[in-house]
Amino acid sequence: MSVVIVGAGQGGFQAAWSLRMEGYDGSITLIGDEPYLPYQRPPLSKGFLLGKQELESVTLRPEKFYSDQRIELRMGECVASIDRAARKVVLASGSSVPYDSLILATGARVRRLADREALYLRGRDDAAQLKDRLDRAESVAVIGGGFIGLEVAAAARMLGKEAAVVEIQPRLMQRVVAPVVSDFFRELHETHGVRLMLGSGDVPRADLTVAGVGVIPNVELALEAGLTADNGIVVDEHLRTADQNIFAIGDCSKHAQRGRLESVQNAVDQAKCAAANIAGKTQVYAAVPWFWTDQFDAKLQMAGLSGGADRVVLRGSPPKFSVFYFRGGKLIAIDSISRPADHMMARKLLAAGVEVSAEQAADENFALASLVNR
Amino acid sequence: MPLFGKKETVTINYISHAGVKKPIAVTVGNSVMEGAIRNGIDEIVAECGGAAQCGTCHVYVEEQWLPKLPPMQDDENAMLDTTLCPRRPNSRLSCQIPVTKELDGLTVHTPEAQV
Ligand SMILES: Cc1cc2nc3c(=O)[nH]c(=O)nc-3n(C[C@H](O)[C@H](O)[C@H](O)COP(=O)(O)OP(=O)(O)OC[C@H]3O[C@@H](n4cnc5c(N)ncnc54)[C@H](O)[C@@H]3O)c2cc1C
Ligand code: FES
Repeated sequence: MSVVIVGAGQGGFQAAWSLRMEGYDGSITLIGDEPYLPYQRPPLSKGFLLGKQELESVTLRPEKFYSDQRIELRMGECVASIDRAARKVVLASGSSVPYDSLILATGARVRRLADREALYLRGRDDAAQLKDRLDRAESVAVIGGGFIGLEVAAAARMLGKEAAVVEIQPRLMQRVVAPVVSDFFRELHETHGVRLMLGSGDVPRADLTVAGVGVIPNVELALEAGLTADNGIVVDEHLRTADQNIFAIGDCSKHAQRGRLESVQNAVDQAKCAAANIAGKTQVYAAVPWFWTDQFDAKLQMAGLSGGADRVVLRGSPPKFSVFYFRGGKLIAIDSISRPADHMMARKLLAAGVEVSAEQAADENFALASLVNR
Repeated sequence: MPLFGKKETVTINYISHAGVKKPIAVTVGNSVMEGAIRNGIDEIVAECGGAAQCGTCHVYVEEQWLPKLPPMQDDENAMLDTTLCPRRPNSRLSCQIPVTKELDGLTVHTPEAQV
């Protein structure tokens, strides 16, 4: 048996390790086009930009880990195509690697602005360049009021730089959070001296312009191999593509029901699920989605997916509160701001699928734990 | 004073569930979690990379060291209620313990499993 994993990021790394944890004993080849050992991205826009963390520290495991686990690393190598009939991947360097099972964990790349020069943040090299330029700049203009843009703006302010955020939408993180959360973060950023330009496309002059305007999933390999992709490589509940031997996980993967997500949780849990299925189990992907972002002294933690919510209920009040999202009377997601206990409870409530009423959610004296610890 | 370019380390002892003790030289400033994952202590998983978000870096700290550790923040406290192996009074998230000179000799036990 042999498993090939394309993409050595968060998901690819986890899939390789999880295969071993599942008892899979065959060969594992982890192929990644970046010249670095697999690393995690979240600190790139947080601890690293702030100067609290060295770039090296994002490395997930040292080289020895891979040799101990018998995971063959092919770093700095790009997979150019998949030969499904012959069950092998062909590298840009010309050589090929056969597989019995293939995991696509190719992630996503930043969307670039056509009409303007800007720095972007996705990988280690981007981060190193951004940090260097940021340290020397006095003012920073950030295009995009999503997670990455806001984390960059917060880091810039904390480093004592002038910072402005331009967002074409009327509120921050519009796509994923309720207005009450957007409002809280607007105030947070303004209080810390970030100039917010909402509903605007006018980018102010600054020493440095950084854009965080979304990503494009890396689906080309799959498409060229005849698999279905549309803003993500389409997979079923077991994370298989239309080809039974090929899985897709993480940022590049689009779950038939849940859609495509970009988070550490999603990459890690999908990796575990795909690994289990390859190792002979039959597992349906059903993990509760969660995500976090750190901006100034606030931590936003999200659980579940709030899209389609028709009712929103607050527990607590700013600066520490949680937002419960309901659809058709059913709890679907909870965002917590500096209320980590609510967030942990949220994961448990959503995993257990228990009924929570809006009244219980809003009543701080009602112990949500009583709903799950029965 | 540390020699130029050479980072100061202290010894952290990681004891596995099976009772195997591994003393590791961990760089001051790294977390107890980082000391583990960079030195082959695979009993620490650390899925979230140290953000107090995953609970897979759970350790049981030997009692006498507890008072020397930084106090627990709310997020660590909440996360410890979700770990796979049961929380005990000496449970901590190893990613939330930065290694200092005072922690030379710190001994932690890794739980039977993290995931
Ligand atoms: C700055 C930043 C901050 C973030 N902060 C958070 C956070 O706070 N919380 C959170 O949950 N998530 C966060 N994320 C998102 C999270 O990091 C991603 O969702 C996660 O990395 C996805 O993992 P992945 O394995 O799918 O993709 P990636 O980690 O992107 O890995 C994919 C890898 O595949 C490689 N590759 C692509 N095509 C090929 C090919 N043909 N051949 C070989 N290799 C290939 C790519 O170069 C890349 O190295 C952040 C992301 C960024 C960029
Ligand atoms: S590494 Fe995730 S909680 Fe410590």
